[in-house]
Amino acid sequence: MARLDNFSRTDEKDNVLTLSGITIHFGGLVAVDSVSMYVRRGAIAGLIGPNGAGKTTAFNVITGFYKPFSGYVEFTPPNASPMKITGLEPHKICKAGIARTFQNIRLFGNGTVLENVMTGAYVRQSGKWWMNILPIFPGAIREEREVREQAAALLERLGLARFINAHAASLPYGAQRRLEIARALATKPSFLLLDEPAAGMNPQESAELLNFIRTLRDEFDLSILLIEHDMKVVMGVCEHIWVLDDGRLIADGDSARIRSNPKVIEAYLGKEAAHA
Amino acid sequence: MALNMFLQHLINAVGLGSLYGLIAIGYTMVYGILRLINFAHGDIFMLGAYFVFFATIRYKLPWALGVIIAVAGAILSGLLVDLIAYKPLRNAPRISALISAIGVSFFIENASMVAFTAKPQAVIQPKQLVEAFSVGGVRFVPLNIIVPVISFILVGMLLWMIYRTKQGLAMRSISHDIETTRLMGVSVNRIIALTFAIGSGLAAVAGIMWALRYPKVEPLMGFTPGFKAFIAAVFGGIGSIPGAMLGGLALGFIEIMSVAFFPTLSGYKDAFAFVLLVIILLVKPTGLMGEKLEDKI
Amino acid sequence: MIADSSGNRIRNNILTLASLALLAAFLWLAPKYLDGYKVRIINLIAINAILGLSLNLIYGMAGMFSLGHAGFMAIGAYVSALLILTPEQKSMMWILDPIAPWLMDLHAPFYASLLMAGILAAFFGWLISLPILRLGGDYLGIATLGFSEILRILIANLTSITNGPIGLKGIPAHTSLWVSYGCLLLFLAAVIRLMKSNFGNVIRAVRDDEIAAKTMGVNTFRTKVLAFTIGCFGAGVGGALMGNIITTIDSKMFTITQTYNILMIVVIGGLGSITGSILGSVIITTMLEWLRFVENPITIGAFRMDGKPGMRMVIFSLLLVAVIIFRREGIMGMREFSWDWVLSRPAAVRNRLASGGTPKGGD
Repeated sequence: MARLDNFSRTDEKDNVLTLSGITIHFGGLVAVDSVSMYVRRGAIAGLIGPNGAGKTTAFNVITGFYKPFSGYVEFTPPNASPMKITGLEPHKICKAGIARTFQNIRLFGNGTVLENVMTGAYVRQSGKWWMNILPIFPGAIREEREVREQAAALLERLGLARFINAHAASLPYGAQRRLEIARALATKPSFLLLDEPAAGMNPQESAELLNFIRTLRDEFDLSILLIEHDMKVVMGVCEHIWVLDDGRLIADGDSARIRSNPKVIEAYLGKEAAHA
Repeated sequence: MALNMFLQHLINAVGLGSLYGLIAIGYTMVYGILRLINFAHGDIFMLGAYFVFFATIRYKLPWALGVIIAVAGAILSGLLVDLIAYKPLRNAPRISALISAIGVSFFIENASMVAFTAKPQAVIQPKQLVEAFSVGGVRFVPLNIIVPVISFILVGMLLWMIYRTKQGLAMRSISHDIETTRLMGVSVNRIIALTFAIGSGLAAVAGIMWALRYPKVEPLMGFTPGFKAFIAAVFGGIGSIPGAMLGGLALGFIEIMSVAFFPTLSGYKDAFAFVLLVIILLVKPTGLMGEKLEDKI
Repeated sequence: MIADSSGNRIRNNILTLASLALLAAFLWLAPKYLDGYKVRIINLIAINAILGLSLNLIYGMAGMFSLGHAGFMAIGAYVSALLILTPEQKSMMWILDPIAPWLMDLHAPFYASLLMAGILAAFFGWLISLPILRLGGDYLGIATLGFSEILRILIANLTSITNGPIGLKGIPAHTSLWVSYGCLLLFLAAVIRLMKSNFGNVIRAVRDDEIAAKTMGVNTFRTKVLAFTIGCFGAGVGGALMGNIITTIDSKMFTITQTYNILMIVVIGGLGSITGSILGSVIITTMLEWLRFVENPITIGAFRMDGKPGMRMVIFSLLLVAVIIFRREGIMGMREFSWDWVLSRPAAVRNRLASGGTPKGGD
């Protein structure tokens, strides 16, 4: 297990997410090798590393798509006791309060922007599906209206209001990334995973992204873990950074420590981070 | 059950199973390359049987010539099906090609009914193929020996082609990654056509032997054997040629033996294969010899 | 649209009511002025629309490629017929094997039998969906087709229940135009409301991207099972209505051809479009009947052509392939009918003419 230099026991109850000794193989290949890490409540944390380091695999373990070979994932919803979420089905993990976006945007392409966000809100809906067949359940009718209005309000807040009735697949790239975040927020998460939010953005857009991510955290009371290759974004927004290389955790700390860590420079040799 | 009876059933099972296997190879090869269930494959099998019927019984051509005509006709039909119904849909969603395949199958069946009438036609079996001889109390019909022998020879030749020739290498490489293979300069469409040709040719051979075995031909004769052969392909592990043969033999064995041991179940004979399919898909969807195809997240 | 402006909504409701009144008038007048054959075709349009809608729910909206519709129709048709047939009729009919004693006195009125047909088809749909909906794409198609065929074999062999190969005869022709269109409107209204609710969004989301739907907290398996079960309910009711119009049923009625016909309706109309399934049913049902002329002997002057049985299915299958190759989205794509769209047409056409543009694109 990698040594975690600022992992002190007293802080542990402030963790929203704890990974402990997560190992996962595909066939003979070890994709993630006994990784232990944590995210503090209210923090914006980063997970970085060269391609193939196991970052997205770690996300897939957290969100329930892969079952780790060993180790566990512990999630603490706000004002609740920690729960082990290892091996839970993805939809249950979402219900517990974890939402995510995907590296290669996965929207519901045939639906409108509004419908995409409403779909996200379904997990918090209490009315049953059959209540909508006959218009005789005032509670269900009210709830449907509220879901619609809240989804519209959310789009407004994220600056997507003008696309509200457009087909999700027809949106410009940047707007699609934002919509994916809006859809994730509609599930009312307390913890958000962003998989390469700056991918495909120009320098100006990624500069805006820094503020956007901070605003998200503050307005929606979130803790955020993000995977990113754009080092300006990572260093600019992340309060704590974890570095994976070849499935192993090689370093962690704030941006200054990561920048000067020789192991990280070695892993990224020749890349931007080595000279930063 | 006496041993000689069991041997009798076993020979029967191997005969039937190797026919399923021959048809299954066409399904498994096309699925391996295009991820498409070629619904029309069972109908190509039927066409092969009809071609040989017309050549030898209607037009009194010699059997050898009839077989060549039937195989060539089936290959041509298979190539046409690919060209007209599947090739325009190579980049469409997979289910679109599947619906097109259903449409083509439906077309061949109904067009055959219009052209050949729905009435079954008797096939006159050459005497030397059906005159039984007996060895140690077990009756042998030469046809029942010839069918598996021909099937195994053809499969052997096919395996040699797949693993020892350039075309075979191209085929394996397409089934692994079609885009990369295209970039390597392989004429993908030519290889796909070759796959259809081989599958259709083998189906025609199976169709001819089927017509001799049962001895009749009818327009819908391809549906049930075709379907069962597909199940055999899934059972053996879709994409695997030895698997298809193995699956065919297993299916033939299950069908013949269950009816032999439980004669009251004979009405449900055709249901066994479907039950088997559901069980395989639930227990081991990759089949006996198949590889796992993973979803990428 | 967040909400229609209330003026438009009132106008649209009035238009809908007026159309329903027109439909009612048509249904009232049709039996008086049209011959029995034409009335039957109008009847079949409604039944096929129910069947099309139910398959569309499963395939077009929830994205599950099912080829088992004929099987669920068979369940519905047999359940309804067995409940309606009187003990006297039953005692006359079972020749090969005696009828199962518990079945002899089982009797229910027509409407109850329709409901039971739907419920039992849904029950079997639910039961079979639990194992097979874990499969994706084309494997699901094959498994459902297999199930449908097993069912046919069971029907042909379970003589004490189904009367085996002889089938059931003398089912009263309960399916009047009012019955079939009444059922269609009820089912249509239910499907529209369901698909307009947020659960409808969830069903479509599962079709578009199952992994993303899971991440959004959707229990995709449960959603698929539900959509499949509701679709099977529709197939059961449709099958029951069909039995009550044809009055004779046997296992050969429910072959894969039956499923193809419904698949054709859904594909032609537009996968995922409710409007499309209704249009598809009108077009396919009428065309299937109209094409019968190619199967009858034709005499043009001194030239006489023999009828060719199967010819209409040849044309039909070619049409299916042509639609898939040249217009995969069918008539409607995933769009739906709305009064706003219809009423905006004249202005749109005028604009197009005024701008002198070619009649292409823009709607």
